[in-house]
Amino acid sequence: MENKDVKKTQEAKNNVSENTNEKAEQDMYKEMKKRIRNEKRAARKSANKQVNWPVTVLLILGLSTVIFPLYMTVMIAFKQPSEMTNSIKGILSLPKTWSLSNFREAMEVTDFWNSLGNSLIITLATVAISILLHSMLGYVLGRMRAKNKGYKLVYFYIISGMFVPFAILMMPLVKQTSLLHLDNMLGVIILYTVFYMPMNVLLYSGYLTNIPLALEEAAYVDGATTFKTYWSIVFPVMKPMHATVAILTALGTWNDVMTPLVIMSGSKNTLPLAQLSFQTQFGANYNLAFASYLLALLPIVLFYVICQKQILSGVVSGAVK
Amino acid sequence: MEEKNLESMEENKDMLAEEHVSEEETPKKPRRRLDRKQTFMLITIPIVFLFFLFNTLPLLQGVMYSFTNFRGYGDFDWVGLRNYADLFTDVRAGKSYLFTFRLALVATIVTNVLSLALALGLNGKIKFKSTLRGFYFVPNVLGALVVGYIFSYIFTYIVPAFSKLLGGEGVSMLASSKWAWVAIMIVCAWQAIAMNTIIYISGLQTVPEDVYEAGAIDGATGWSSFKHLTFPLILPFFSINLVLCMKNFLMVFDQIVAMTSGGPAQSTESISYLIYKNGMSGGQFGFQSANAVLFFVVIVVISVMQMSFTNKREEQL
Repeated sequence: MENKDVKKTQEAKNNVSENTNEKAEQDMYKEMKKRIRNEKRAARKSANKQVNWPVTVLLILGLSTVIFPLYMTVMIAFKQPSEMTNSIKGILSLPKTWSLSNFREAMEVTDFWNSLGNSLIITLATVAISILLHSMLGYVLGRMRAKNKGYKLVYFYIISGMFVPFAILMMPLVKQTSLLHLDNMLGVIILYTVFYMPMNVLLYSGYLTNIPLALEEAAYVDGATTFKTYWSIVFPVMKPMHATVAILTALGTWNDVMTPLVIMSGSKNTLPLAQLSFQTQFGANYNLAFASYLLALLPIVLFYVICQKQILSGVVSGAVK
Repeated sequence: MEEKNLESMEENKDMLAEEHVSEEETPKKPRRRLDRKQTFMLITIPIVFLFFLFNTLPLLQGVMYSFTNFRGYGDFDWVGLRNYADLFTDVRAGKSYLFTFRLALVATIVTNVLSLALALGLNGKIKFKSTLRGFYFVPNVLGALVVGYIFSYIFTYIVPAFSKLLGGEGVSMLASSKWAWVAIMIVCAWQAIAMNTIIYISGLQTVPEDVYEAGAIDGATGWSSFKHLTFPLILPFFSINLVLCMKNFLMVFDQIVAMTSGGPAQSTESISYLIYKNGMSGGQFGFQSANAVLFFVVIVVISVMQMSFTNKREEQL
């Protein structure tokens, strides 16, 4: 009984009817199964024991530094001015009624839908143009900079744009854009496309070194033009980089205040800029102001909740490369 | 290798073109296809022109204006290097450089220490790993201006309420020219930590598990394991974070606008804010252009220094 191994057990199972010891064999089979199950359970238990609970608790407590400002924003946005007190209990307490009236008023005061629309147009257009133009230039420079001095020079010329702070471009750009009648959303979009060019071209041309030239050759032999080859072969292959570029460019343009502030100089608002423009109208009504802040934060938070995975990986690959 | 492929590609193309002609039996010239080089030129030239028009040209203009006494309107004269000479004796500009550098330096240190600790925790054997990581990244996606407004309320009302509870005076940090910069530093760090932590985590994930096992055999655990194994291995990520932090903090603007508008007593005017405020509406277009040129040079010098320094460190290892 004791020296019977698994093989035998299985054999036994196959020939149940013929074997006279059939019952004993089956029992043993069950016994073995149980043992395996117990072992697995034990292994799982020891893995659970390895969870570093002190660190987990510490990290959860630390999360309050992130949660508290947001919690407070939501609470104040829902409260009425009469509910505001400066005691700690008053700050942390829930509003008496969950009324949306602050939000309704904030939307009116800051012209919310218009600002949201402007922000969306600027961000989406910038991202679309960036993906189109920057990937093309990244492709050309990625393929040519190793063997052509001219392209290498162009590459470093574009990349060096990363060091140029907006502060030095700001004042001449205000003059230049108003001269060209670009002191509007179109101008802001063009400027963003130029400002994000160094980083995006760097990302694209770096990514391109992973794409073998053989891929393009096949299409080339079939008689496709260089441009068509790029469009049908290279552009789709660069999809992961498009995602990274889109996320980095979108986050940057959506939250930027300085460029629309100086270029459009108050004629049109973006969502963050509206908070600045209407600051005086909020006055001491913090509830109204915070309702407006919450509305301004909501779109990007929703975007983050939906695309969290892509955003995290995009941000990392953008920074590391 | 690439060159060879390209040559063969050109040959193939020529062959194809020849076949084409012979088949049709017409002396007509074959329809010319734009070759690779021409297409590349066609792509590069307009985009580079665009870049020149909206990046290099304003940069050159900025340099040009820095040699004038332009006020932003009307006539102006060339004043040579006077703006630059004035810049070094201007108390307000000096103050803004001091403030910006102190802010950037302290915020960089605080951010990197905290985010490295946070990354080590979030990379450890913990429960709810991905949820925690997700939450800790939230500050980074929020707009700096709105975050500034929210924190401005916290520093004006909530922090004083707490300090009163602990027997303090209950005065807002933002109203004190001694402490306002600390409040701004905290807000800057609050957002930057989210970003740096994610980069450190991705760095920690590149360290293979057996390095720690081998280290443990040699008696490297805890702090010494971190100092001699983990940190040297994630040094490239440390340098990325250092450069990112310094550059972003030196250009701080939104937080200043939202929280202090440069006050109290001009104690929190960052360089960008001063250029914006006095250059755009203060009639100092020329003078602040000189300031911007100096700022640009400073940024380039710091970036190059940081990169060469970290490159050297990495080579040594």
